[in-house]
Amino acid sequence: MKAFLLLEDGTVFEGTHIGADKEIISEIVFNTSMAGYLEVLTDPSYAGQAVCMTYPLIGNYGVCMDDCESVKPWVDGFIVRELSRISSNFREDVTIQEYLEKNGITGIAGIDTRALTKILREKGTMNGMITTNEYDTIEEVLPRLKAYTTGKVVEKVSCENKYEIKGASSLEENGALSGSASFCREAYERGEREKKPSLVKELNGKGKKVALLDLGAKRNIAASLAARGCDVTVYPAWTTAEEILQDAPDGIMLSNGPGDPKECVEIIAQIKKLYASDVPIFAICLGHQLMALATGADTHKLKYGHRGGNHPVKDLETGRVYISSQNHGYVVDTDGMDKEVAVPAFINVNDGTNEGLSYIGKNIFTVQFHPECCPGPQDSGYLFDRFITMMKSCGMKSCEAQAGQNDEEGK
Amino acid sequence: MPKNPNVKKVLVIGSGPIVIGQAAEFDYAGTQACRSLKEEGIEVVLVNSNPATIMTDKEIADKVYIEPLTLKVLEQIIEKEKPDSVLPTLGGQAGLNLGMELAESGFLDSHHVALLGTTAKTIKKAEDRLEFKETMEKIGEPCAASLVVENIEDGVSFAKKIGYPVVLRPAYTLGGSGGGIAHNQTELEDILANGLRLSRVGQVLVERCIAGWKEIEYEVMRDSAGNCITVCNMENIDPVGVHTGDSIVVAPSQTLSDKEYQMLRSSALNIISELEITGGCNVQFALHPTSFEYCVIEVNPRVSRSSALASKATGYPIAKVAAKIALGYTLDEIKNAITGKTYASFEPTLDYCVVKLPRLPFDKFITAKRTLTTQMKATGEVMSICTNFEGALMKAIRSLEQHVDCLQSYDFSALGVEELKDRLKIVDDQRIYVIAEALRKGMDYDTIHEITMIDYWFIDKLAILVEMEQALMEGPLTIELLKEAKRIEFPDNVIARLTKKTEEEIKKLRYENGITAAFKMVDTCAAEFEASTPYYYSCFGSECEAVKTDQKKKVLVLGSGPIRIGQGIEFDYCSVHATWAFSKAGYETIIINNNPETVSTDFDIADKLYFEPLTPEDVENIVNIEKPDGAVVQFGGQTAIKLTESLMKMGVPILGTKAEDVDAAEDRELFDRILEETQIPRAAGGTVYTAEEAKEVANRLGYPVLVRPSYVLGGQGMQIAISDEEIEEFMEIINRIAQDHPILVDKYLQGKELEVDAVCDGNDILIPGIMEHIERTGVHSGDSISVYPAHTISDKVKETIGEYTRRLAKALHVKGLINIQFIAVGEEVYVIEVNPRSSRTVPYISKVTGIPIVDLATEVIIGKTIRELGYEPGLQPEADYVAIKMPVFSFEKIRGAEISLGPEMKSTGECLGIAKTFNEALYKAFLGAGIDLPRYKQMIITVKDADKGEAVEIGRRFEKLGYTIYATRSTAAVLKDAGVKARKVNKIQQESPTVMDLILGHKIDLVIDTPTQGRDKSRDGFLIRRTAIETGVNCITAMDTARALVTSLENAEKQEDLTLVDIAEIATR
Repeated sequence: MKAFLLLEDGTVFEGTHIGADKEIISEIVFNTSMAGYLEVLTDPSYAGQAVCMTYPLIGNYGVCMDDCESVKPWVDGFIVRELSRISSNFREDVTIQEYLEKNGITGIAGIDTRALTKILREKGTMNGMITTNEYDTIEEVLPRLKAYTTGKVVEKVSCENKYEIKGASSLEENGALSGSASFCREAYERGEREKKPSLVKELNGKGKKVALLDLGAKRNIAASLAARGCDVTVYPAWTTAEEILQDAPDGIMLSNGPGDPKECVEIIAQIKKLYASDVPIFAICLGHQLMALATGADTHKLKYGHRGGNHPVKDLETGRVYISSQNHGYVVDTDGMDKEVAVPAFINVNDGTNEGLSYIGKNIFTVQFHPECCPGPQDSGYLFDRFITMMKSCGMKSCEAQAGQNDEEGK
Repeated sequence: MPKNPNVKKVLVIGSGPIVIGQAAEFDYAGTQACRSLKEEGIEVVLVNSNPATIMTDKEIADKVYIEPLTLKVLEQIIEKEKPDSVLPTLGGQAGLNLGMELAESGFLDSHHVALLGTTAKTIKKAEDRLEFKETMEKIGEPCAASLVVENIEDGVSFAKKIGYPVVLRPAYTLGGSGGGIAHNQTELEDILANGLRLSRVGQVLVERCIAGWKEIEYEVMRDSAGNCITVCNMENIDPVGVHTGDSIVVAPSQTLSDKEYQMLRSSALNIISELEITGGCNVQFALHPTSFEYCVIEVNPRVSRSSALASKATGYPIAKVAAKIALGYTLDEIKNAITGKTYASFEPTLDYCVVKLPRLPFDKFITAKRTLTTQMKATGEVMSICTNFEGALMKAIRSLEQHVDCLQSYDFSALGVEELKDRLKIVDDQRIYVIAEALRKGMDYDTIHEITMIDYWFIDKLAILVEMEQALMEGPLTIELLKEAKRIEFPDNVIARLTKKTEEEIKKLRYENGITAAFKMVDTCAAEFEASTPYYYSCFGSECEAVKTDQKKKVLVLGSGPIRIGQGIEFDYCSVHATWAFSKAGYETIIINNNPETVSTDFDIADKLYFEPLTPEDVENIVNIEKPDGAVVQFGGQTAIKLTESLMKMGVPILGTKAEDVDAAEDRELFDRILEETQIPRAAGGTVYTAEEAKEVANRLGYPVLVRPSYVLGGQGMQIAISDEEIEEFMEIINRIAQDHPILVDKYLQGKELEVDAVCDGNDILIPGIMEHIERTGVHSGDSISVYPAHTISDKVKETIGEYTRRLAKALHVKGLINIQFIAVGEEVYVIEVNPRSSRTVPYISKVTGIPIVDLATEVIIGKTIRELGYEPGLQPEADYVAIKMPVFSFEKIRGAEISLGPEMKSTGECLGIAKTFNEALYKAFLGAGIDLPRYKQMIITVKDADKGEAVEIGRRFEKLGYTIYATRSTAAVLKDAGVKARKVNKIQQESPTVMDLILGHKIDLVIDTPTQGRDKSRDGFLIRRTAIETGVNCITAMDTARALVTSLENAEKQEDLTLVDIAEIATR
């Protein structure tokens, strides 16, 4: 079936319809990852957006449900050049076609995705429509396209109720350490699923309680902490600071999420309180932006965002450059930032934009990129260890402080 | 970290002669690195024995030594030039080994020379099997488990531990004989017992079998600050078991999910971090097809063939960045030259699919085994880019120039399903064609996968191509079908063939319906950033990004395609120099080529690069967009010449020598007329199509005769026939491939072979020098040792050659380059062959005479005269140096290949010996070719009857040098009669010790074995030669070569230090 992608600037692409049969209007963005389309589809940060994959061959290895980053795909639409006719992978559950249809995601294939990417690069992210209807003129739909906004999407993607994820009690629980997996023919023939290999070599977070504020969290954030032994409690986005602090977590994790950070007025208010609490905080992506907004900084929208697995970020403390996984359309302004509150900790080597902040006098650090990867490079996973170290040293200090207080009292 | 201020003068080690496994990619890497160093104001001293390279140009380095790559020579250069650093990681394994030797011997330390880039310690860790294994174990990266066992019990218990199947490799047996794969204990006991018996040291390596696993490679970069990135990953379609150089490779990986992709990426980064590599590195993995289990196969701590491929596939200049890293820069300080905006510290992302196919030499070595193993056999490769895999594969297939253009090109239709199953078990260069036939016969994917272990995804892609063939055959040819066929890159001629239409009709239908090729840019970033480098590939059904530019006059330079025997790196040298010369003259330059190993396909050589097959249709697509003012074909070897007619049809003027004159040189009758007019004699002969005609001509001329197809390079298919039977045999072989042109049969003349390259401006000619071949006629010029200046011919012969060259160039209206080969029999000079184009010897003669003939030819093509360019026409005065070009072979890599020299070219590369005297030059040339004698001072002589007289003289000289000579019965008798001490040794079938035992006993330095005239039918001679080659014994098959060698050895005894010659100084003379 024919399908069309109509853009706000009047461009029309004709291609083939894929996925569920429906018409959508959404913000059109592109992602440059060469593998990991499933992780992209299921990343809640894409809520309110339709994603174009710049890599032209999609679906080659099908869909393995274990690799989903949330319960379902959140993109409004999926734009590819070619969807593989068959899929081939030992862990495959369903094909990408089946997955899209089952989850009601529409899409378009067979278009010149590079031409689309160039339009977005040159003119900036814009709205578009994926449809199988043949409109007589694009003027008919342009007002509707222009009127579209992603709106407040965080509430839509957040979990509904608080829940807990137990930390790993032994390394074996995480699956084989990367590199030590070994093929077991009998298990394979029985149809047993081999676990994803783990990079975690130490349960350094054992006994630590982490509160994860789910603003649209990718699964691997909690999984990265749990694999290190941390017990993670996941809270819905609308949870108040008091509720979280009441549970006395050792650290708080602010997750990634979709949309314009400035729309999250209520959440920002809660984060202000978390900032004041002295509990160690680590934030990723939207969490990073919200913390910045909560402490007086500003954010702005990038022309066409950073979405892909090849962005170099520089750790300003060590001078080291890491290749990171990214997915953001907004960025923190560091120009007008109060240097007394926070200083840049990471920058993007390509365009010099901010990629992370370190908060003065606080146990808080935040990053714009995705150390939990999935998809993308695993290079910055060490940041979870940094967070754990922070929780530990802070815990020790507070113990000492408490001990000190007791001493005082004892006198 | 900024640049290291202590680095001011760097010695760069090149990779030496082109051999299988070490080819043009190192010229590309070396050239890029040298330019990158010079950009930083560093003085570059270069050493490489290969004169056909661009890196040995004075424009590329400040000091250029085309000297043998030996430790001693390097030490001498270091003492003379006093560089502060040595860069060894750009010259392949050869360069790396030399760098290591220099470091380990303490020479570098004692001369205060630093090793740039990766340290010696690191190289050792990566290269030493044991150290590497230990290092991998330390960081938890798995290698295939293996153990050396000396008895069956140990083997059985180890196999139990690691699991079946296991590979068994006996130590020290010829060609791995006695090894095998054991799937269970019974098989293991069986093979192991045999292997232990066959092994000279009674040892067998038992190894975990990873054959059939996915083979995945990562190209990684790391700087001294520890920043790491991966440039690219690649997936071999052929699973583990086939050398990656012989595999069909696709980039990026297609069948890995993000989890496998990132797992291996992290592993690659772990490995280079632990090894502390600074620069580029290649990591190869075997990944279990149904598990996360993987193991590290190998690490190459240097730029490699794969890194050249990765550079071209992504646009990321690995060698350039590696050179900057060696100087101390970190990745985030180095600009990405493609975008001009981003930095080297990012990972390229592709929005297209790249396929590499190997160019295998089985058309040259028809007796060789076509099977592909872990020993690389390809001489070169092609790469293609498309937005889909099917299209990239189709483009790569037709880029090979092996008379293949689709999956029907090898016909297996006669095989039934069961036969196909058996055929699929054979892993060779035709496997994808066999799979295609199996699919046509309805074989299911499971069966094909189980036999070949090729991933289902790739099988399905082949099926899509097969289905398209079928759809086109069944028809009707709708516009939709045509669009789809073009999307997956079916060329018009194949569509025409399948639809029983003409190519013209298909083209017309396409144009009428707007189905034309579009060009997309390779920009390292999938369009995320604007790119400033115009590097294009074509696809159908997309928006075209290439824009016609017309500020300047525009010239199309056609490249020479994949490196093959007979058409090597020399033509890339010519293409690149022509491009530079056009550029200097104010032209906009456009290169079309498909070889990822070459300098010409580097992104900043021409103003625009089109990475495309060199077929008329593909070239026309570019012409339609660019509308060039002219095309130059005379620099790109036969590949480019073959496109002449098509270009003219497209309305593109051919710059330089006209097409009809090129034809006149190739067309027997036209050429005979020209010879008559110019009164130049040639060997009598005739043109034929059938064996009958050939025999008639041969009998008229009298045997021996030369038989060869016209319009080929490198004497492909050329043979000396001595009988009607041989004529029949050779004609059958030649006609296996449909010939568009007649076959030539000539009287075979025995004399001195001479060769000139000349520039002609239409009026005057310029001959830089005459080259003389050491071997008599009958040995292909590319396989002969060539001496400049010609040293044994009279002035009169030289004059005659000059005069004939002038006459021929004028008669053929040559504008640009011409190459002529002559035979001198006494004072008589005959023409053998005229090629109105660049030749294999162009770089060599340019370098030793200091006359830049490609540049001059280009200027002449543009309209300058030789006089205007400041040269006095005619034969130029001889240089003060003697330069000897020595062919280098790769016979040990091609099992079953006949190694004896003949009219068909077999060498893969060459090296140069240059010195003030003939003797020293010869010595250097042999040394450069790796013939370093003596070790044991023992040799074997076994020659045909005609050579026995000469064998006496040569034998006597070797005896005088202290050699013990072994000879087979009749040779020994002749030697003894003449008073040369020779020990008789038994032939192969006779009782031990035989010739074979001697060779296998590793006590022999040299075998002189001349085969009987014509095709040597005796398996004995063939076996002796093969055994010698495979055990690393030097083997000489022509008496002239043997004489040259003994001369050189006599001289070596007297030779003290070699005198070094800086080519850059000759050039400025």
